[in-house]
Amino acid sequence: MGRSMTEPALCLNHLSVAYRSGGRDRAVLRDISLKIAPGEAYGLVGESGCGKSTVALTVVRYLPRNGKVTGGSVALDGADVMRLGPEALRDLRAKKVSMVYQDPGRALNPSLKVGRQLVEVFEAVGVPPAEREPRALETLKKVRITDPGSVMQRYPHQLSGGMQQRVLIAMALASDPAMLILDEPTTGLDATVQADVLDLITDLRRELGASILFISHNLAVVAQMCDRVGVLYAGMLVEEGRTREILASPRHPYTVALLRCLPRGAQQKDVGRLDTIPGFLPTPGALMSGCPFAERCALADDRCRTEVPELRESGDRLVRCHYPERAADVPRSTPADVAVPKPAGVGAPVLRASNLSKTYGQGGGAIRVVADVSLSLLPGETLGLVGESGSGKTTLARMLLGLVPPDPGGLIELDGKALAASLDRRRDEEVKAMQIIFQNPDSALNRSHTVGHIIGRALRRLGGLRGADLDSRLDTLVAAVRLAPRYLALRPRQLSGGLKQRVAIARSFAGDPRVVVCDEPTSALDVSVQAAILNLLAELQAARAVSYIFISHDLGVVRYLSDRIAVLYLGRIIEIGPSERLFEGPNHPYTEALLSAVPNIEGAQNARIRLSGEIPSAANPPRGCVFQNRCPRKLGAICETSDPPLAEAEPGHLISCHIYEQQFLGAAEIQGQRRRTHDRKAEGV
Amino acid sequence: MLHYIARRFALSLVTLFVLSLLIFFLGQVLPGNVGRFLLGPDADQQAVEMLNHQLGLDRPLLVQYGTWIWRFVQGDMGESYVYRTPVVAFVSQALLHSLKLAAVAFLIVVPLGIMGGIIAALKVNRPLDRIISLGGLTATVLPEFVTAILLILIFGIWLRWLPISAAWPDGAGALGQLHYLILPAMPLVLVLFGYIARMARAGMIEALDSDYTRTAVLKGLPWRLVIWRHVLRNGLLPTIAVVATQTGYLVGGLLIVETLFRYQGIGSLIFNAARGRDFPMLEASVMVIGVTYAVATLLADLLYSFLNPRIRMVSSR
Amino acid sequence: MKGATIVLSARRQDVLASLFRSSPFLIGLIIVAFWVICALFGSHIVPYDPYAEDILNALTPPSIEHWFGSDQLGRDIFSRVIVGSRDILTVAPLATILAICVGTVLGLLTGYFRGIVDDLISRLIEAKMAIPSIIIALLAITALGTSKMTVVIIIGLSFGTVVARTVRSAVLSERDLEYVAAAKLRRESAVHIMFIEILPNILSPILVESTVRLGYAIFAVATLSFIGFGLQPPSPDWGLAISTNYAMVSGGYWWTVLFDALAIASLVIGVNLIADGLHGALDD
Ligand SMILES: Nc1ncnc2c1ncn2[C@@H]1O[C@H](COP(=O)(O)OP(=O)(O)OP(=O)(O)O)[C@@H](O)[C@H]1O
Ligand code: SF4
Ligand code: SF4
Ligand SMILES: [Mg+2]
Repeated sequence: MGRSMTEPALCLNHLSVAYRSGGRDRAVLRDISLKIAPGEAYGLVGESGCGKSTVALTVVRYLPRNGKVTGGSVALDGADVMRLGPEALRDLRAKKVSMVYQDPGRALNPSLKVGRQLVEVFEAVGVPPAEREPRALETLKKVRITDPGSVMQRYPHQLSGGMQQRVLIAMALASDPAMLILDEPTTGLDATVQADVLDLITDLRRELGASILFISHNLAVVAQMCDRVGVLYAGMLVEEGRTREILASPRHPYTVALLRCLPRGAQQKDVGRLDTIPGFLPTPGALMSGCPFAERCALADDRCRTEVPELRESGDRLVRCHYPERAADVPRSTPADVAVPKPAGVGAPVLRASNLSKTYGQGGGAIRVVADVSLSLLPGETLGLVGESGSGKTTLARMLLGLVPPDPGGLIELDGKALAASLDRRRDEEVKAMQIIFQNPDSALNRSHTVGHIIGRALRRLGGLRGADLDSRLDTLVAAVRLAPRYLALRPRQLSGGLKQRVAIARSFAGDPRVVVCDEPTSALDVSVQAAILNLLAELQAARAVSYIFISHDLGVVRYLSDRIAVLYLGRIIEIGPSERLFEGPNHPYTEALLSAVPNIEGAQNARIRLSGEIPSAANPPRGCVFQNRCPRKLGAICETSDPPLAEAEPGHLISCHIYEQQFLGAAEIQGQRRRTHDRKAEGV
Repeated sequence: MLHYIARRFALSLVTLFVLSLLIFFLGQVLPGNVGRFLLGPDADQQAVEMLNHQLGLDRPLLVQYGTWIWRFVQGDMGESYVYRTPVVAFVSQALLHSLKLAAVAFLIVVPLGIMGGIIAALKVNRPLDRIISLGGLTATVLPEFVTAILLILIFGIWLRWLPISAAWPDGAGALGQLHYLILPAMPLVLVLFGYIARMARAGMIEALDSDYTRTAVLKGLPWRLVIWRHVLRNGLLPTIAVVATQTGYLVGGLLIVETLFRYQGIGSLIFNAARGRDFPMLEASVMVIGVTYAVATLLADLLYSFLNPRIRMVSSR
Repeated sequence: MKGATIVLSARRQDVLASLFRSSPFLIGLIIVAFWVICALFGSHIVPYDPYAEDILNALTPPSIEHWFGSDQLGRDIFSRVIVGSRDILTVAPLATILAICVGTVLGLLTGYFRGIVDDLISRLIEAKMAIPSIIIALLAITALGTSKMTVVIIIGLSFGTVVARTVRSAVLSERDLEYVAAAKLRRESAVHIMFIEILPNILSPILVESTVRLGYAIFAVATLSFIGFGLQPPSPDWGLAISTNYAMVSGGYWWTVLFDALAIASLVIGVNLIADGLHGALDD
C-alpha cells in the first residue's frame, strides 16, 4: 500500500453489516477495513453470497429494509456516510458517488424514455434546465453508443443489454463522480458485449480519473480491470494486495484453492483434474469461533478453529491467516495427475443430426432460431457447443432430445437409425439412450421429492429396476457421483448447488445413456463447485464411454472438456473442428473475436478484435453471410449476397466464411491466415 | 396499437358471446316449464301449451337463442312475464340508478383506496401500515349486508345522521340525492377499499424495491421526485388495470345494498325478477351487466396499455 | 457441510414459527376455533333451546336472563347465535372442498395441456367473472330450488372456476420447469406428471386459495341466506336471522340483528386472518 499520501476516496473502517431474517440478525459483513486511493481501481472478488453487493450498498447507504450497519464506519471522500443528514446524503449521491450494477434491464425505469432518465442526473446536480439535454447527449456520445440522438427518444426495452449498460454507465459518469462503484457490471452480458463494456470502462477511466470499486466473481475480469484486489470470504476480507501479485502468488489458502479450481489455458480433461475445495460456504450469520475457512482448509489445526486470525501484513499484502507462509504448499484436495486415457473417439457416430431447423411463429412473422444445423457425435466423444445468448444452443439440444420437434426436413439418427421427431413417438430404448443435465438444478429437480425418490424413480423408469436390484444400483450410482448416502432422505432445497447438480447427474446416468446433453451445467455454480462437477463429468465419461454434447458460454470450461467444438451464431454453425485447432486457428472471424474477448487470469490484455454493430435478431438475420454486419474482415459484396457454405479449411475443421473457400483464396493464403492468428496468440496469452 | 385494440375488442365480443350462451341456458333451460310455472299447477295443459307457444318456448333451442340474441343486439330485450311490457324501459331506468350509486361509491373509494395503499407502502411494516392493511382486509371480507346493518344501526338509528332508505323525496337536488346515497354507498366503499388499497400497496412496494428506483435514488434525486416520477407510475399501473374489473363484483354488492335500502337499481331489479321468475327481465338485466363489465374492462385494458410503453410499443409493430 | 443441512432443514419449522409469531394469524385461529366448537357442541351448552318459542317474552332487550335479548317469537338470541354457526359451518366448508377439487383438476388439465380445451374453458371462466357469483347462484337456485345441497353445489362450482384460474396460473409457471422435461424424458404419463410431479409443488397456493375461498364461501352463504335463497327457516342461521329481523330495526329492536351481524363479521374476519397469515408465511 502506501501508494498515495492524499485522503482515500473510500475508506471502510471495521465495517460490519447484518440482515435481519427469521427473527434474528445474521452477520454478513464482519469487520471489513479497506482504503481506495483517488484514481485507483480496486477489485472485490468472492463467491456468491460472500457479501460483495452488501459492501456496495452500504457505501451508498442503500441497504434493504432489513439490513443494518452493526459496527464501523464508511468514509467517502472524507465524509462519514452513516452520519450524513438527508440533504447531505442526497448531495453526496448526486455529485460524489455513482453506481452501476448487474442486470441493466431492470435498472432503468421501463416507462420513461432514456433521455428523460439521463437528463435527471443533471437535474439532481443542479445544472440549469437548458443545458441538461445537450449534456445528456454529450455523455451518451462519450460511452460510444451508436446514434445517441435516437437512443434518447427510446424506451429502455427497445435497447439491447449492452446498450442499456452503456446508458447506465453514462448516467453514472455524467456527474463526474469521485467514486464509481461497479457491481458485476458485465455479468449476464455476452462475451463480446462484456469485452466491449470493459474496454469502455478502461478508456473512460483514463479520461476521468474516478476511483473504482469493481465487484465481480470473475477473477479474470478483475485481473484485467484492477490495480489492487481484495478477496472476500464469508463476509470477511481474507487477502488484499496488488492484483498481479495476488494472482501470481496467493498467500491465503482460500485464494490459492480458488485459483486452482479454474480450468486454464490448454488444460484438458485427459491431462489432469482440476483442484476442488471441499465443503461449503458458511451460511450467513453462522457463529464463528475461529477462521471462517477452517472447515474447508487443508492446513487447519486447533488454533485455526479457536482463534479468529487478524488481517495482518505479510510482505507486500494483507492476509487473514495464521500460516500465510505455508499457503503456497497447501496440498491439493484432488490429485492433479489422475491421468485418464482419452476415450477412443472412433467408430461410427452414435448420434447424427442433419439439416435441423426450428422456426417459431411470432406475431405474424417467423423466427428461425436454429437454421440448417448438421452434426455428428462419436462414441465417448465430447462435442462442445458455444455461442452467445439467443444463438440457439438450448433449442438445438432440446430438438436432439425430442422435447422440441424440429421443422420438417431435419433428420436425427441414433446408431444409424432415424428417430421420431417427438419424444412421445420414440421407443423406450431411444429415449433412455439420450438424457440431459440442465443448467439450473433448482428447477431441474422436483423440490417436493427426496433425492432418493428422484434417483430411484429414474432407475425404475429408465433402468427398469425393482426391489433389491434397484437398491443396490442406487447405492453404486450415488457413490459414483460422490454423494453421501445420508443425502438420499433430503429434499433438493436442503442441498447446496453443487450437491443438487450431482443428483441431477446421477439421474441422467440412471439408464446408462449413450449420449448426455449438458446444458450449461456449471453456469449457476461457483468456481469451486464447478471444478468438482467438471471432474465428475470427465470421470464418468472415462468410465462409461458416454458421449457428451456440452453447451456453455464459458470457453475455458468448454475447452477443458471438449474434443471437438462447434460455434453457433444466429442458429447456424459457423465453425466446427477439433478443440485444439479451434483455439489455435485459423478461425472464422466471429470465433476470432469471441476468443479475443475472453479476459484471462494473467491480466494481460490480448489484442482485442472489436466488433461493431449489434447482434442482429434471429427474426431478421442479415442477407448473405449472417455475420456480415459486424465482421471486421468482410470481403465485400460477396459477403452481402451469398451465404458461405461450411467448407473444410483443414482436415476435420470446417468454417463457414468466404475467406476460407478454396475458390476464392489459394491454400497458401490460408497458411498466411494461420500464421497471423498464431502471432496474435503468442503475444496475447 | 390499433391492432391491439382490435384484438382486445374481438376478445371482449367472444367473452360476451360465451356469456350470452351461459345466461341463456341458465335462464331458459333450467327453469323447466315456464308456462306451467306462470299459470300455476291448476291451469289446464292446453292453456300451458298455448302460452308456451306464444312465448316461443316450443321452438328449437337454437332458434330461441338466435331470436333472443338478435333482438337483444337491436335493443329489444323482450317482454316481462310479470308486467307484460317491454323489459328495456325497466332495465335502462334501473341501470341509470345503479350507475349513480356506483359512481358515488367509486368516487369515494378510488382516491381513498389508492391513498391508503400509497401511505401503507411508504410506511411499510410500521404501525400505520399495519392499521391500514388489517383495516382494509377486515373491510373487504365483510359481506355488504353485515356492514350495511352495522352502519344503519350506528349512523341511521343511534346517531341519526343519515337516512336509512335510499329513496329520496321527489324533486331532491343533486346534493340532496347524495345525502341519501352516502349510506348505501358505504358498504360498497368498504369492500372495495381493502381491495384497492391492497393492490396499490403491493404495487408500490414492488416499485419501491425495484432496481430502477434504486437508480433514481442514487442519482441524487430528491425523494419526492423519485416517488412522483418513478415509483407512482409503475407502482399504480396494475391497480388502475383492476379497478375497472371490479364492476363485476360491484353489481353483486348492488343487489344486496339496493334491496336493503329499497333503491330501484339493476340489483333490486334482478332480485325481484329472480323471485318472480321473470326470466326475460332476469336475462336482460344480467346481460346488460355483462356488457357493462366488458366495456369497463376493455377501457381499463386500453388505459393500461396506453400507460405502459412496453405493451404500447410491442403491439404497435 | 453440517451448517448447510441443519439451517436449511429448518425451513418448515420457519414457516410454522413465523405463523405463530404473527398475532393476526393467532387471533384468527382462536376466533375460528371458537365457532367450530360452537358448531359442534353449541346445542349442549346453550342456556335455552334455540327453537323454543316464548311469545310472552318476545322482543325483550338484552338482560340477565336473555344476554342478547329475544326475537319476535321470544326465542333466546344468545342461544340462536351460538347454534347458528352450525349450518353455515357445514355448507361453506363443503362448498369450498368441492370448489377446490373441481378447480384443482380443471386447473391442472387446462394449465398442463393448454390448447383448445384451455382456450374454451378460459373464455368460459372469463365470461363467468363478468357476473358476480351471487347472481349466478340466484339464477341457478331460482331454477333448481333451495336446499343445502343445491347451495353447496352452486357455490362449489361457481368458486371452482376461480380456483381453477389460480391453479392454472400456478401450473403454467411449473410446466416449463426442467423437472417436467426430465419426467417426460423418463416417459412418465401425463397423469403422473400432473398429479405426482406438479401438484405437490403448487400445494401452497392451493392452501392459501382454499382459506380465502372459505372466507368467500361464508360470505356467499350468509348473503344468500339473507336474501332468502340460502338456508331456510327455522334454521338459527345468522344471515337468515338478520333477514327476518332487519325490518324491525327502525323500530328500535337493534338486538335482533346486531349480534348475528357481529357473529358473521367475526367468523369471516377470523378465516381471512388465517388466510392472510398463511399467505405471508408461505410466500417467502
Ligand atoms: N435483504 C436480505 N435479507 C437477508 N439476507 C440477505 C439479504 N440480502 C442479502 N442477504 C444475504 O446476505 C449475504 C450476502 O449477500 P450479498 O448480496 O452481499 O452477496 P454477494 O457477494 O453480492 O453475492 P452474489 O455474488 O450472489 O451477488 C448472502 O448470504 C445473502 O443471502
Ligand atoms: S487460519 Fe488456518 S484455517 Fe484459516 S486459512 Fe489460515 S491455515 Fe486455513
Ligand atoms: S463471409 Fe465475409 S462477412 Fe462472413 S465472416 Fe467471412 S468475411 Fe466475414
Ligand atoms: Mg451481488
